[in-house]
Amino acid sequence: MDNLMQILKKQIIERLNLKDLKIENFGDDQPLFVEGVGLDSIDALELIVLLQQEYNIKLSNASDGPKVFHSVRTMADFITAHRAAVKASS
Amino acid sequence: MHQMKMYIRSAGNISPQHSLDTETFFQTREHTSGNHLKAIEPDYGQFIDSKMIRRMSRIVKMGVAAALTCLKNGKVEMPGALLTATAYGCLEDTSLFLRRMIEFEEKLLSPTAFIQSTHNTVGAQIALMLKCHNYNNTIVHRYFSFENAISETALLLEEGLGPVLLGAVDENTEDRQAILSRFGLYRKTISKTAVQGNKYSGNTAGEGAVFFLMDKDAGNDPLACLHAVQTIYKPETPEKVELSIIQFVETNGLSMKEIGLVLTAHNGNDDEDRTGRNLINSVFAGIPHFSYKTLSGDFPTSAGFALWLGALLLKEQKSPDWLFKITFPIKNILIHSHFENTHHSLYLISAC
Amino acid sequence: MNTPVFIAGMGIISAIGNDLQTNLQSLIASETGIGKMHWLQSEHQSELPVAEVKCSNESLAEKTGLSFQLPRTALISAVAAREALKNAGWEKNNSLRTGFISANTVGGMDKTEDFFKPFIKDNAKGKLIDVVHHECGAITELVADYLEIHDFVSTVSTACSSSANAIFTGARMIRAGQLDFALVGGADSLTRFTLNGFNTLMILDKEPCRPFDENRQGLNLGEGAAYLLLASQKGIEKMNKKPLAKISGYANANDAFHQTASSPGGTGSFMAMQGALESSGLKPGEIDYINLHGTGTQNNDMAEGTAIQRLFAPSFPKMSSTKAFTGHTLGASGAVEAVYSILSIQHGMIFPNLRLKMPMKEFSFQPVTVCLKNHMVRHVLSNSFGFGGNCSSLIFSAA
Repeated sequence: MDNLMQILKKQIIERLNLKDLKIENFGDDQPLFVEGVGLDSIDALELIVLLQQEYNIKLSNASDGPKVFHSVRTMADFITAHRAAVKASS
Repeated sequence: MHQMKMYIRSAGNISPQHSLDTETFFQTREHTSGNHLKAIEPDYGQFIDSKMIRRMSRIVKMGVAAALTCLKNGKVEMPGALLTATAYGCLEDTSLFLRRMIEFEEKLLSPTAFIQSTHNTVGAQIALMLKCHNYNNTIVHRYFSFENAISETALLLEEGLGPVLLGAVDENTEDRQAILSRFGLYRKTISKTAVQGNKYSGNTAGEGAVFFLMDKDAGNDPLACLHAVQTIYKPETPEKVELSIIQFVETNGLSMKEIGLVLTAHNGNDDEDRTGRNLINSVFAGIPHFSYKTLSGDFPTSAGFALWLGALLLKEQKSPDWLFKITFPIKNILIHSHFENTHHSLYLISAC
Repeated sequence: MNTPVFIAGMGIISAIGNDLQTNLQSLIASETGIGKMHWLQSEHQSELPVAEVKCSNESLAEKTGLSFQLPRTALISAVAAREALKNAGWEKNNSLRTGFISANTVGGMDKTEDFFKPFIKDNAKGKLIDVVHHECGAITELVADYLEIHDFVSTVSTACSSSANAIFTGARMIRAGQLDFALVGGADSLTRFTLNGFNTLMILDKEPCRPFDENRQGLNLGEGAAYLLLASQKGIEKMNKKPLAKISGYANANDAFHQTASSPGGTGSFMAMQGALESSGLKPGEIDYINLHGTGTQNNDMAEGTAIQRLFAPSFPKMSSTKAFTGHTLGASGAVEAVYSILSIQHGMIFPNLRLKMPMKEFSFQPVTVCLKNHMVRHVLSNSFGFGGNCSSLIFSAA
């Protein structure tokens, strides 16, 4: 889980071109949107594509976004839960 | 042609020369290499917050920095209207989105490149940064984009919507370079002497972003006065161009003898050379002339660079040592910009 | 706005008809042009409904005498522009100056897409003829040359407000005495580029769109072209005809909030509508019909609706979004909807806002859902709000 969060941070920084944000300063529970990291609606769309491309998860309902993308931790939780569900059904 | 006297109160220019800071421009000549002229870009961090920079493409950053410099130089915080002229818009992002769309077969595409690709992005981002709710338009008419934008500027000033922040931006990309080379427009290499005087040694691509603050009133210490702009589309004969130039100057109350300098658009293409050379031997005979495209390269809105250069020379009444020698004082400058023999434009500017 | 600017003629081609008369008939009959993708080749063909002009490029070429290899945007532009001139009875007259100001956002992208496929593998590949007319301005020049109009030619591109701005640029030049006639409007054809671009923003409805509905799910893209022939007093007198309408107000404002999203309070929309009213000297209560921008997205309809609520309450004019018929025609939308606004005035009709089941709960107004006839329509407000915060509103009035 910790490892996944580290990877996610790196991917987020790279994809959203957050050059000023250092991984060591990127909190696990830091809000991603509005406050905290300060992302916006376009970034949300980019994160949806990130989930698809890197984790093969399709977020078909954009309204689930705020919950899933609240912080790096909630993203990691979502990915972990999804992986478990896929494993269980195979 | 519309007579449209307006003042160029200030400017900000990012180009293949050190134009953003005019002092540096006078002192330092940028030597070019490769087969195109690339803009010299500043550290954008001094103009734009990092949260906004991260998403901006190169041309948008260039436009924003040029616009903010122009406003700062003119000591104006909020323009009355914002006009952007660009023939290609945001070409890099257009190419990027297009390539991805094809490579990924229309799947798993991300929005940023698409959003930044629309032609009005430069004007929109400037408005966003200034929180400017005022009139905002983008003109995209090939080699007449800037001239048409000036025409609109005159109308806006007449309606009291000034001062107008007016820009001319176009970028060169690898794709554009490759495609236009295939059309025979751009040569494969440029000569080292491309920036010296009037040596035309190859059609050279360029790029730039320049913004002007235009106003009906002179304000404090304007750069120059723009009297008129005229476009000539697909002239039937070279004589038509010559006649138009003479008429243009005379309609504005001057004779060719009173023109102190002509800024021309020679860029080495054979067709253009034929047109350009004829004019230098005929209508421009005996008048000092300089090819501005040797500094800016060719791109649809490059006349913006010429306007900037002309205004600067009129204001300073001196030219850089590294440029060819011009005799001052100069009161009136004529700019003749053209692309092939299809798009000609004329500008008349004078010292204030 | 003191100097009158008249509309002498109109032309249009859209998903609901290849000419003016057919468009009107479809509007009256509530026949939408949105449906399954047919001409555009895309991976999303079965998934995303669009509003296509019901003509192949070959057929458009035949109508105009132009080459079928030209970009689709140029072909539909030529069809509509030529109809506007014919509808007006315009003839080239060397003593009267005519301008052509056209808008588009896609340029020749439909052809450029074809070029890029082989080009990205090897940049010596790809047919050069496909990129000759890539630029937005090249499309306009093609059509200006075709129509032989050269006194003033220009191209505007401000996303979805493009042709509204083109219309007013022409009006401005007429008012200033620089032109006697101005053929103004815009065109945009469907391309994979725009389809996929909008898809990445997740604002496309997988069903036919429902503008201003509480449960709206987004927009459908459309294509079309529309033009007005504007005339000065001198011009209309020379033509010896009664004008169809006049432009009585206009404003262009920038939302300056976000690159693609409108501010929640609809600042740009509000300023554009209020500015148009101010320039016309009309009071909100004098507007008989609002042709909404009404794309069907969560964001636009909320922002536009909020601005309308603020500006018109407590008494609201009739309103509808005709994008439920034509889809969102992007650069052409301002002009397409200008034509519908003028048809509304001419025929005394208010066109319906199709597929509206549940009005938005935030507002105390709702669009009309059936075509109203024998209605006195003197003043129409037409909204065009775009990416980049570019918001424009036009007011057309009976002449």
